[in-house]
Amino acid sequence: MKALSQKRRHPLAAIALLLMGLLLTGGLYAVATTVNQAKASTADFSASDTEEGGKLFAANCATCHGMGASGTQDGPSLVGVGAAAVDFQVGTGRMPMQMNGPQAYKKPAQFNDQQTHQLAAYVASLGPGPSIPEAGLLDEKGDSAKGGELFRTNCAMCHNAAAAGGALTRGKFAPALADVSGKHIYEAMVTGPQNMPVFSDSNITPEGKRDIITFLKQIEANGSPGGADLGALGPVSEGLFVWIAGLGVIIAFTIWLTSRTS
Amino acid sequence: MGNHSDGSPNHSGTVATAGQNEVEKFQDPGIPPHRLRLADTDPKAAKRAERQVAILFGTSVVGTVIFLVAYFAIDLGDDSTIATIRLQNALLGVGTAFAMLGIGTGIVHWAKALMPDHEVSEERHAIREEDDRQAAVRIVDDIVEETGIKRRPLIRNTLLGAVALAPLPALAVFGDLGPRPDDKLAHTMWAPQEGKLKRLTRDPDGTPIKASDVTIGSAFHVIPEGLNELHEGKLNEKAKAVVLLMRLDPASLNPSPGRENWGYNGIVAYSKICTHVGCPVALYEQQTHHLLCPCHQSTFDLTKECKVIFGPASRPLPQLPIAVDDEGYLVATSDFKEPVGPSYWERDEHERSING
Repeated sequence: MKALSQKRRHPLAAIALLLMGLLLTGGLYAVATTVNQAKASTADFSASDTEEGGKLFAANCATCHGMGASGTQDGPSLVGVGAAAVDFQVGTGRMPMQMNGPQAYKKPAQFNDQQTHQLAAYVASLGPGPSIPEAGLLDEKGDSAKGGELFRTNCAMCHNAAAAGGALTRGKFAPALADVSGKHIYEAMVTGPQNMPVFSDSNITPEGKRDIITFLKQIEANGSPGGADLGALGPVSEGLFVWIAGLGVIIAFTIWLTSRTS
Repeated sequence: MGNHSDGSPNHSGTVATAGQNEVEKFQDPGIPPHRLRLADTDPKAAKRAERQVAILFGTSVVGTVIFLVAYFAIDLGDDSTIATIRLQNALLGVGTAFAMLGIGTGIVHWAKALMPDHEVSEERHAIREEDDRQAAVRIVDDIVEETGIKRRPLIRNTLLGAVALAPLPALAVFGDLGPRPDDKLAHTMWAPQEGKLKRLTRDPDGTPIKASDVTIGSAFHVIPEGLNELHEGKLNEKAKAVVLLMRLDPASLNPSPGRENWGYNGIVAYSKICTHVGCPVALYEQQTHHLLCPCHQSTFDLTKECKVIFGPASRPLPQLPIAVDDEGYLVATSDFKEPVGPSYWERDEHERSING
């Protein structure tokens, strides 16, 4: 440090400092701008996957989403939704949709893993979009305390603080998150299926998403040692229970107190 | 039908019927005959009741032991999870319940089954005689006479004055118990400080948000720059300043005159505090552009400047005017143009003063 401070009056010091500053801002800018780049990762998909996917799409999806997934009156365009959206919607059975309604329901998946993969390959080839998350982000070994904080800030208002789900407007609802795979939770965050807002990597970092999944899996594994959690729905179910069972116990006690022993 | 003595085992009186000159009076029905309990006659039953009471007290001891074991033996160290805390909570509750209920039910059972159960009736006192009233009046008269309060008006008046003034210090002290809220409710942390516009930052990390970070369909939970660095009053400030930031297709926004510059490329920021009773309105549906308040289902339409389309809220959510600074970060160009949250007494006055 001493050598550095002695040379700070050197005629070239200003130029060196300027150069360092430029490199730093340039480097930071390069990092910052790549964060939000839609990843058109077609690396995982082979050409045959894409081709088979195209056939599956034409047979099963094009009625609503249009040939080439350009969208019709009955379904949105899928250009740029990415492989993650397909993997979520088809993998959880929400697509193909059973019928029109406020919300597409989760149901047994109609396509097997390979077909889902091929459909994802086809849609990912149409335009850049969020890709299927890497296994490293789904290992459930993140910081669950941090994940809990992020969950309570960003997710709990719709999905309930215990991830038990909740009602939205006009027949829509936020589903419960127990038994949802980490991969599907991650994909839902990056793609924002149906009425769920998008939580892109620039909003919640991939590490943050890993923490959230860790938290969700942990509260799911922890269970409820105190007995039935009554759906974790808070004052509605707990209040109903206390009003009926609690008042019943109080009445039973008063009857016992005033009765004569035999 | 004149005989109303039925049901009384000891007395057979008659109740006066209408038309008679006597004053109507209830006959005392007396105490029903004493019925012996099992434990009074059978020593075996008494022994059994004694054991039952002992078992109930024993339950209480077990409950206390459960509590103590749960409190001291369950390790809440670094390895513990939420499940450990929940298990401890459940055991503490069960232990306390048994400890208290065991003593209570034991005592009641003891009293009911074993303690003497003879009925006792207590005589009611006669109503006070006129003499007693006269005596009380005489005492008051004596006080008036001996203190001479009537004869000495100077003493009476100064006493009245002193008593009337004595509570005033208390009034002054109560008045200063807390600062008046003044217009604290009308201002939030978003107001620019010394000309520097506040950046929008992520809740809970406090990292600033670039306009390019907010993709269409996104919802960001936002706190003002510098909130996390506050040492006191952080929660109070957060409760007023939290904002939900969303981006939608600019064509679907319909800004009213004067509000065209309050958003940026379809990015808009609205207060998260419901105008009904102040719950956080953060249930955002990105396709319908509805914001739903979870407490009373007030629904706000983002495409109509958060107009109330359902529920008990009476005003739209206040919008935070935002822009982008020269580094690309989102900033609030001013504080909210109206007080956020539910109505309060001086709200109209504050709104007028905010808008000059």
